[in-house]
Amino acid sequence: MRVVALVLAVVTGLLVLFGYFIPALAPVQSVLLNWAIILAGTAAVVGVFNLVLVHGNKITKREKGGIYSALLLISLFATFIFGLVLGPDHPNMRLLVEAIIIPVEATLMALLAVTLLYASIRLLRRRTDLMSIVFLLTALLMLAASATLPFGEVGPLSNFVRPWFQHVLALGGARGILIGVALGTLTTGLRVLFGADRPYGGK
Amino acid sequence: MNLLAPGLIGLSALLLLLFSLIKRKSPPTLRVIPALTRLYRALGLSVEDGTRLLVGLGGASLLTPNGGAPLAGLGMLRHLAERTSLSDRPPIAVAGEASIALLAQDTLEAGYEAAGAGEFYQPTAGRLTGMTPFSSAAGAMPILRDENVSASVLIGHFGTEAALLADAAERQNAFLLGASDDPSTQAALYAAAPEALIGEELFAAGAYLGATQSHTASLTVQDILRWLIILALLGGAGLKLVGMI
Repeated sequence: MRVVALVLAVVTGLLVLFGYFIPALAPVQSVLLNWAIILAGTAAVVGVFNLVLVHGNKITKREKGGIYSALLLISLFATFIFGLVLGPDHPNMRLLVEAIIIPVEATLMALLAVTLLYASIRLLRRRTDLMSIVFLLTALLMLAASATLPFGEVGPLSNFVRPWFQHVLALGGARGILIGVALGTLTTGLRVLFGADRPYGGK
Repeated sequence: MNLLAPGLIGLSALLLLLFSLIKRKSPPTLRVIPALTRLYRALGLSVEDGTRLLVGLGGASLLTPNGGAPLAGLGMLRHLAERTSLSDRPPIAVAGEASIALLAQDTLEAGYEAAGAGEFYQPTAGRLTGMTPFSSAAGAMPILRDENVSASVLIGHFGTEAALLADAAERQNAFLLGASDDPSTQAALYAAAPEALIGEELFAAGAYLGATQSHTASLTVQDILRWLIILALLGGAGLKLVGMI
């Protein structure tokens, strides 16, 4: 069975890869990618079952935070039933998303701003080295150059320092990191393609 | 047809095969990454204490260009599961994408079986915590608080919401190693996490933990390709300077 999984994964991976470069294989690639999208959709259903199982266990075993698990399951089933009855495009369903999910996520994002500010303050306590000082000074400089200050913009900061940091230092650094990430992705993908790494049942 | 992309992939594949097959006379010398050294220590302490390891794999789908990061994360999860599956509280893997959560279950099971502890594996050890980045982070935070986690690893494609998890880990005095393929998340993790992997170190983590021939070969291939790109960039800049392109 493991060999079958390996052969299937390698052959499918090679067909999809070659589909980018050999036009004759493009239709095969398209079919395989469509199958992958359908499988990903099925995985989402299985994932939701997993979520129900984990939180159901928490409730039945009366674990810490079980009340939140109950709340999660009630919300999940209520949304599911409303979605089935009303349909996803119904105004009330859209209201459910726009009035609950989006504000909650926006709140978490606002919380993130405070968390990052606090983390930056703690950074020097945790890691007192040159890079941390440079990191914090750069963050402060960029904040001063980007924020709306009561006395208006500071000319040299917003006209020279910010563009130079953004378009020279940050962009150059980010491109370097992205090249490294791309090379890492390439070799990781090749290892999976060769069957050296098997995240699909390789024992 | 542009031959650059197939040429680069072909060259990488060839080099990877070559370096994977060449038997080294001595073990590979890897640059020290202090964050991974401290992860080793935290893993040991977690097993000794009977506390739990939490591995976050992020929310990228394998069908997107960010799919390489969760693959690297799954590779690392395999090693971590093998090392910590015999702990009193076995590791938990969480993901913000359903197919990654399923693969995490499979990988955990493989790790348990490799450690000879297959009977202790529970499918609920691999979890889907949410379908969006923030809901996934919000779903993982209670695990850090309630399930006796003393070490956590975030490895995959994360957005800046990873900083919320880093903060939650710090509140529990838990060790946290953060690694993402996104540069802005790396900056957030540098500030918020006790340990962060920068750049492509995320893809090197497997070699440090497992150090199989293919992992070290892929590091060598990355180094060779990096030098080729540096030479191409410098060559291009030089040619532009003299007006040849």
